[in-house]
Amino acid sequence: MTKGMLTVLGKKGGKKPHEELGLSVEDLKRLYETMVRVRVFDEKMIKLQRSGRIGFYVPALGQEACHIGAAFALDDSDWIFPHYRDPGIPLLRGITIQEMVHQLYGNAADNTKGRQMPNHFSYKDINFVSISSPLATQIIQAAGAAYAAKIKKDGKVVLTSFGDGSTSEGDFHAGMNLAGVHALPIVFLCENNQWAISVPVSLQTGSESFAIKAQAYGFDGVKVDGNDILAVYKAAKESVEKARSGRGPTLIEAVTYRMGPHSTSDDPTRYTPEGELEAWKKKDPIERFKEYLRQVKVWDEEWENELRTTIAKEVDDAVKKAEATDPPAPDTLFEDVFAELPAQLLAQKDEMKRLIDEYGMPEGH
Amino acid sequence: MTEMNLIQAVVHTLDHEMERDENMIVLGEDVGKNGGVLRSTAGLYDKYGGDRVLDTPLNESTIIGSAIGMALYGMTACAEIQFQDFLYPGFDQLVNEAAKFRYRSGGEYNVPMVVRTPYGGGIRGGHYHSQSGETHFAHTSGLKVVVPSNPYDLKGLLLSSLRDPDPVIFMEPKRIYRAVKNDVPEEDYTVPLGKANLVREGEDVSIITFGSMVPVALSAAKAAEEDDISVEVLDLRTLNPMDEEAVLKTARKTGRVVSFCEAPRHVSFASEVSATIAEKAIDSMEAPIVRVTGYDTPFPYTLESLYLPDANRVYDAIEKVYNYR
Ligand SMILES: Cc1ncc(C[n+]2csc(CCOP(=O)(O)OP(=O)(O)O)c2C)c(N)n1
Ligand SMILES: [Mg+2]
Repeated sequence: MTKGMLTVLGKKGGKKPHEELGLSVEDLKRLYETMVRVRVFDEKMIKLQRSGRIGFYVPALGQEACHIGAAFALDDSDWIFPHYRDPGIPLLRGITIQEMVHQLYGNAADNTKGRQMPNHFSYKDINFVSISSPLATQIIQAAGAAYAAKIKKDGKVVLTSFGDGSTSEGDFHAGMNLAGVHALPIVFLCENNQWAISVPVSLQTGSESFAIKAQAYGFDGVKVDGNDILAVYKAAKESVEKARSGRGPTLIEAVTYRMGPHSTSDDPTRYTPEGELEAWKKKDPIERFKEYLRQVKVWDEEWENELRTTIAKEVDDAVKKAEATDPPAPDTLFEDVFAELPAQLLAQKDEMKRLIDEYGMPEGH
Repeated sequence: MTEMNLIQAVVHTLDHEMERDENMIVLGEDVGKNGGVLRSTAGLYDKYGGDRVLDTPLNESTIIGSAIGMALYGMTACAEIQFQDFLYPGFDQLVNEAAKFRYRSGGEYNVPMVVRTPYGGGIRGGHYHSQSGETHFAHTSGLKVVVPSNPYDLKGLLLSSLRDPDPVIFMEPKRIYRAVKNDVPEEDYTVPLGKANLVREGEDVSIITFGSMVPVALSAAKAAEEDDISVEVLDLRTLNPMDEEAVLKTARKTGRVVSFCEAPRHVSFASEVSATIAEKAIDSMEAPIVRVTGYDTPFPYTLESLYLPDANRVYDAIEKVYNYR
């Protein structure tokens, strides 16, 4: 258990922190670029939702360093059981903005066939396991996958992420406990953004931190500055190495802030104390990383502008394409309930077709 | 009398009862300062404070389990589960605990508590903000299941539920939260649990339904009227105990029944209604009982309107039972 909070950015003296962490200039650029991609994507999607073109959206605003920094410490073959506020992870692993926008539109080109609400991504090819709304369910599943990895001895590590509020669910405790009992190769990432919709962390736990909870399960907890991408990366890297070498799990608490609404259905002015957002805006993870990159001469204005213009265009093009794509075909309603369509469902599918023939598509479609 | 929508009726009724019963508390996620993510506890925190309007840690077992403890200790606990889809982490406390306390203790203990929860589709909420899980609850002996369809009934049924000596799950049709309005008296009144309501009288066909499907049934009935088919609509209001007398009465009257709910068909509440009629009123039936339900698939996002039964689907069934010879 590390006392206090791990930070890297802003430390004076010694070797350049990124070099100490073994990060190349290319790595730094990729991290920064992914953060900006998430930010620009978020801003555009919120606008789209406000203008009624997508139904719902969950921004990651302010939490870019947490999930991107942590995922960057993994190998591509490692598995992720994600929180819904982590769009940077698929982007980091090569999923395109276009693919994600199709999901937000739930159209025929959405790889998940318009089955779930926006932001509930699933990308099997990159070991990014399907997100569900019921909170914390992924945590015990992740422990199960890590248990399997241990049994198979395949050297893989599992990362699971979740919010501060989710630590109150039984599945969090079940996952932590199983991982502790069997020293599983897993990293738990708690993105403590101070709020679970309107409920503050003070009503979520009586512990001095979330990180400390790991102790009771027999492994280490680390509290890191979640708005410092190098600190998150450092903690994750150490935890991943530890897990891979058979030394068991780690709980990382990334201390951050939800700089936007919980989702587009939420109005934080009802419950957040005045001035809180402003104080955290000063610790914006992108601004802080940018400042570091400027100091080490990786960042300049020209690159920033080019980055933002390219990403904005990419998002706009993706939106255009998504809007020109039809919704999934009616028949798809009956796919994937089971591997094979039972007779009962086949009959219902025929009934649906007859109803469409007789009455047309239902209102609201 | 004030005209209210369902959400306003929830707030009004909780307020009404908290004022009358100082032992009553409300607990759940985001029910405090935020006033509920769907606004159904708006203003209560400001009026009654944090000792009576409790934001719990994010855990449904905590919400339902601690409500049981409070109820055992003599409080009137009104728990909120943010969406019915999220009740399942607390399912054990509801089904194995709340519902069985009286029976397992030979009547020594009872759990007078209410779990309020919005249910059902029609808000583009995908799998997890749309399900209609009433069968899970109605299948549980010892648990009352109440589903209002309009603000007047909501107040009367919620007050009955809060004053009932046994646990009640109170399922609120969120799709019509703001759409359905009627007059709600300011004064105290109750609507008894276990009593259905004939919301429309007719001669030829009966639709038996509840909750957010009541308005859908009524518009199908209207469409049928234009074709000279006279349809009556029975709003069950309570699923457990079910008003069997009212179900059999309408079935015997018209001899042609459409049993209607939005949940998947297999083992649905519509099936229970259908089985009851088949068992006890088959002699009066002029046509097979037809179920109109959601399909037996998980609840979809984009194709929601294809999934959910609409007035056309109900109308189609009305025609089918009406024309059966
Ligand atoms: C089991 C369950 N209960 C309730 C909800 C409703 N809900 C959605 S998000 C949320 C708050 C989550 O807070 P946290 O875990 O801190 O994650 P954050 O959204 O802050 O990233 C709640 C209560 C849910 N999705 N699942
Ligand atoms: Mg949170």
